[in-house]
Amino acid sequence: MSAGLTAPVAMTARTSRLSAVIREMLSRPSGCIGLFLVIAHVALALFSPFFAPFDFKAMNANAILAPPDSTHWLGTDQLGRDILTRTIMGGRQAILVTAIATPLAVAWGGLLGIYLGLAGGRLDDILMRVVDAFLALPWILKMLLMIVTFGTGVGVLVPTLAFFYGIPVIRIARAATQNIVARDFVLAARARGHSRVSIMRRELFGNVLDALMVEGAMRWSWMLLAFTSLSFLGFGVSPPTPDWGLMIADSRNFMAIAPWPAFAPVIALSSLIIGINLTADALAKALGIDRAQAAVH
Amino acid sequence: MLRIFIHRLLLGIATVAIVSGIIFAAVEALPGDACTAILQRDASGERLANCRRELGLDRPAVTRYVEWASGAVRGDLGISAHNNKPIASLVGDRLKNTLLLAGCSLALGIPLALFLGVLTGLRRDRFSDLALSTIAIFAMTIPEFVTATVLIFVFSIWLSWVPGIVTASASSPLSAFFPGIVLPVIVLTMVMTAHIMRTVRSSVIDVMSSDYVQMATLKGVPYRQIVFRHALPNALLPAINVIALTVGWLLGGVVVVEKVFNYPGLGHYMIDSISDRDLPVVQAIALIIATAYVGVNLAADLLAMAFNPRLRTLKARSP
Repeated sequence: MSAGLTAPVAMTARTSRLSAVIREMLSRPSGCIGLFLVIAHVALALFSPFFAPFDFKAMNANAILAPPDSTHWLGTDQLGRDILTRTIMGGRQAILVTAIATPLAVAWGGLLGIYLGLAGGRLDDILMRVVDAFLALPWILKMLLMIVTFGTGVGVLVPTLAFFYGIPVIRIARAATQNIVARDFVLAARARGHSRVSIMRRELFGNVLDALMVEGAMRWSWMLLAFTSLSFLGFGVSPPTPDWGLMIADSRNFMAIAPWPAFAPVIALSSLIIGINLTADALAKALGIDRAQAAVH
Repeated sequence: MLRIFIHRLLLGIATVAIVSGIIFAAVEALPGDACTAILQRDASGERLANCRRELGLDRPAVTRYVEWASGAVRGDLGISAHNNKPIASLVGDRLKNTLLLAGCSLALGIPLALFLGVLTGLRRDRFSDLALSTIAIFAMTIPEFVTATVLIFVFSIWLSWVPGIVTASASSPLSAFFPGIVLPVIVLTMVMTAHIMRTVRSSVIDVMSSDYVQMATLKGVPYRQIVFRHALPNALLPAINVIALTVGWLLGGVVVVEKVFNYPGLGHYMIDSISDRDLPVVQAIALIIATAYVGVNLAADLLAMAFNPRLRTLKARSP
């Protein structure tokens, strides 16, 4: 059997499956809205510097906490900075960091989980206890200990998020693998004498991928939640870089006299996170995965 | 059953032991220790060495771990580096406040979630289900600090019905937390209700489309009786585990909500201690939260097993 004969067939099967899944997702209103919101936010993050009306750090002493008008469409903040500019640019850092960290988390957690699900034994027993131990610690404690030690640069946040948010993926991948390992085609591969790596590559990856994709979408929304919550608490993005969590935190001090600075970042952040969740939901339904049991973050 | 119980208990204890090791190692790896936190700028040379000798920080890490862990088992959590008070009493006050917050949220949220979950499950895809399920997605995905900010704006600043922050101190009597506790309870209730409700809804849908419910329908059993006698006892079982995760989350993860409302609970204290580098307190709080999390999940698994004999085999242990 030559690879040249099977590869193109597998390729077309995969691409047509992908387009079927996307078509299935778009057939639901929630999937349409979700995908639209996610794509719009990613596009905004990529291109907002090119059409932002003002400089995000330019302060205007004559327009401190100015209400929305024809110059500043969404008003200005306590330093006289344009809120529209800061809002459309406020998700860049969060989206950049989480968009890199999510695939990393799913990759290492997924690989280890698939391996443990296949191998089992003593190593599996021990590592799963360690996984349980990490899951028992609140996320904010784990993140903060890293941040107070190493700072909040992208170079710290990406590996930290990828590490901690990959740990629950181990569980998901391991459970999905255990469901498959007992099936005939894996037994057959074992009987043929394939190595573990070969079984993982040829029999397991394709079958666990669906669960991992849905899990990845959820991880992304939880990472964003973590990132913006840390910014809100003052442990994330440092000023003057615009960030939604930071903007909402700043606006709280002036809310009684000027509520508008909070409005735009609240809408922006909420719409992104809801968009990701709607997409994950639609993806899960299109792939036939039940994720109603998803735990509280 | 007893064997499974003991097996599970041992696994839980092993997990807590690993957690304590991770916490100790992590805090050990941080730059600075209790002495640099106490002495602050004077932390150098002779004084630092003296302080370390006094607190026993110059001994090997393993010795200190054993001492710390055995003290923690006996309820002795050490001394705060910040104000030299015993951690057990400092943490005890905050734990009491966090339990109050969690208790109020659970008392409000669980009945509401079960009711809404059953309602939406039975009325699947009708208007009330679609409306409530959509609201649930909003409630569980929007970050807590966003919900909290919006609620403070509407109910505290705009309508001025309830205070937007809690002014009581950590050791105040429980009555001092009302009415300031109302908004944090609402935020937490929204999130947890949405999660539990979604699980109950999908479980009700599963059960209502099962063979035995169809059988009962075909036999002519009244709808009310099918729902309350046959379907619900099975449909509510999965709720036990989600409720356990929620309780674990309420005891450890509500840092953001406590911080937003200035509520003097365990999570708020944890962040402050991390900022102050009060490492003994951080260790103690982390251990308490992790133990509570493991304990609650263990209790839920055992409860689920008690109600569902099919789970009572050793093979079906935690995935």
